[in-house]
Amino acid sequence: MPVDVDAAVGANTRLSRDYNVLALEAPAIAAIARPGQFVMLKPAHGTDPLLRRPFSIFEILRDPHGAPAGISILNKKVGVGTSLLYDAEPGRRVACLGPLGRPFTVKDPPVEAWMVAGGVGLAPFATLAAALARRGAKTTLFYGARRAQDLFFTDLFERVGVALVLSTEDGSRGHHGLISDPLGSALASRAADAPLAIYACGPTGMMRAVASLAGRHGRRAEVSLEQVMGCGMGGCYSCVVKVRRGSDVPHFVRSCIEGPVFDAAEIVWDELTH
Amino acid sequence: MDLGVPIGSLRLKNPLIAASGCFGYGVEYAETVDLSALGAIVVKGLFLNEREGHPPPRIIETPSGMLNAIGLQGIGVHRFIREKLPELCERRAVTIVNVCGSTLEEYVEVSRILSDAEGVAALELNISCPNIKEGGIQFGCSLTGTHAVVSAVRKVTRLPVIPKLTPNVTDVASFARAAEEAGADAVSLVNTFLAMAIDIETRRPKLSNVMGGLSGPAIRPIAVRMVHECHQATRLPIIGMGGIARAEDALEFAIAGATAVQVGTANFVDPFIWPKLQHGIEDYLTRHGLTRWMDLIGTMDTRKTS
Repeated sequence: MPVDVDAAVGANTRLSRDYNVLALEAPAIAAIARPGQFVMLKPAHGTDPLLRRPFSIFEILRDPHGAPAGISILNKKVGVGTSLLYDAEPGRRVACLGPLGRPFTVKDPPVEAWMVAGGVGLAPFATLAAALARRGAKTTLFYGARRAQDLFFTDLFERVGVALVLSTEDGSRGHHGLISDPLGSALASRAADAPLAIYACGPTGMMRAVASLAGRHGRRAEVSLEQVMGCGMGGCYSCVVKVRRGSDVPHFVRSCIEGPVFDAAEIVWDELTH
Repeated sequence: MDLGVPIGSLRLKNPLIAASGCFGYGVEYAETVDLSALGAIVVKGLFLNEREGHPPPRIIETPSGMLNAIGLQGIGVHRFIREKLPELCERRAVTIVNVCGSTLEEYVEVSRILSDAEGVAALELNISCPNIKEGGIQFGCSLTGTHAVVSAVRKVTRLPVIPKLTPNVTDVASFARAAEEAGADAVSLVNTFLAMAIDIETRRPKLSNVMGGLSGPAIRPIAVRMVHECHQATRLPIIGMGGIARAEDALEFAIAGATAVQVGTANFVDPFIWPKLQHGIEDYLTRHGLTRWMDLIGTMDTRKTS
């Protein structure tokens, strides 16, 4: 069950002119959040902005005794709300509703896991990597961005033992091109009978490419979709995604409660806006 | 403190009602909200059959408000009765169903089916959704259409009948009167204002449906005015809504003439809003020496100030 925490801003780490990581003191959310879940944030009282916005939970923050103390989010400044979150000074209050949504599936016993991230789509993978590391799963992060300076937190992943495959569109670090290129090569060279879990989050084009590669190699992939949301609770029906399940006619489902994590093979990609 | 509210034969324990289209089928909030503590919930509009609704983007934020064009995606009346109503009954929610139709016959058929189901408290007739092509607002924008739908449904149900009025007309009070003459037990107003927004860079409409309905605090003063006009024009109980986000807003609607209020957009922002609204109302009544909510209704002081 989600809770609404009037969370104080802890640290605000600005990574660049438009990206920051914002720590929020929300122990009640941190204690129950699972990898892939999200929170709905309202950075200011009043009516501008009016609605909350969804954010993946980036990290679970702990106090010196190891108890859950808060969460962080990876924010990209694009509008009024995200600008307020970029500028938020420690002590400011942010209404934080969560945890919400269907988390990633973590297999038991653990199998090797590949996480595929594009840009701010890195957000849900820090907690997933930590959960997989605790289970002893071998993990790789395929992580693409426009430029080298937009590849954040690679050290955070290396610390928990995640192998890195990087790409940049301008060739300034890692593979020159899209992250789906090295993912495709890795899939092609992997033995078909070796179990593998694939998780992806990023721009729609990237996730669609991951879905297609996974399908071609007979692999299941989970994608975390970011849709425009009004409430995050299933009340408004604004965040719908068209899915095809079994023999059903493709139909809209709410990504806030049936997602944001979906089986990539279910998504009707041609109808996915955004 | 008596917050009780009579709506026709129905008595609500308090005047706070979750607005249709803003509360799913109620079950989505069952873990978060004590459904039995609300005056009532109005579930998402139901046609006879399932509907897919419009493609996204379905909402966009605007100054102090939002536009929506969901297109009444829904599971249809039969699945609602089978899959949702039992849990609502179990949780002792007072369930009002928002009834939709493409034709007069469909309103009647859906109303008849719901009247035979166990656990429906009242019918709210959706003759005001701005986002569908056929039916709905076509009835709500014509006095004869409004009269026809209400009187046809009146004939097939003993449940309280509450037409939901559109603000997209010149004289909303005449629609309240038409509803009263046709045998309605109450009216609810306002539905959303037909509106649109354009992305100037791409020159494309921001909603896939081009136009949508405006809700939220932006519309509140117009909604208060319309409730006042209907209160002047009819004796029907009025369920007021339009941008209510605080107890003060609910009280303003009551003073203007609303017997009960619905909360929609504000529930998106704060799903835990209900007890806050109720406490705010109780504090106000205490402060003003009132013991009954009903003593506040329509008490606007229109004397000239000196």
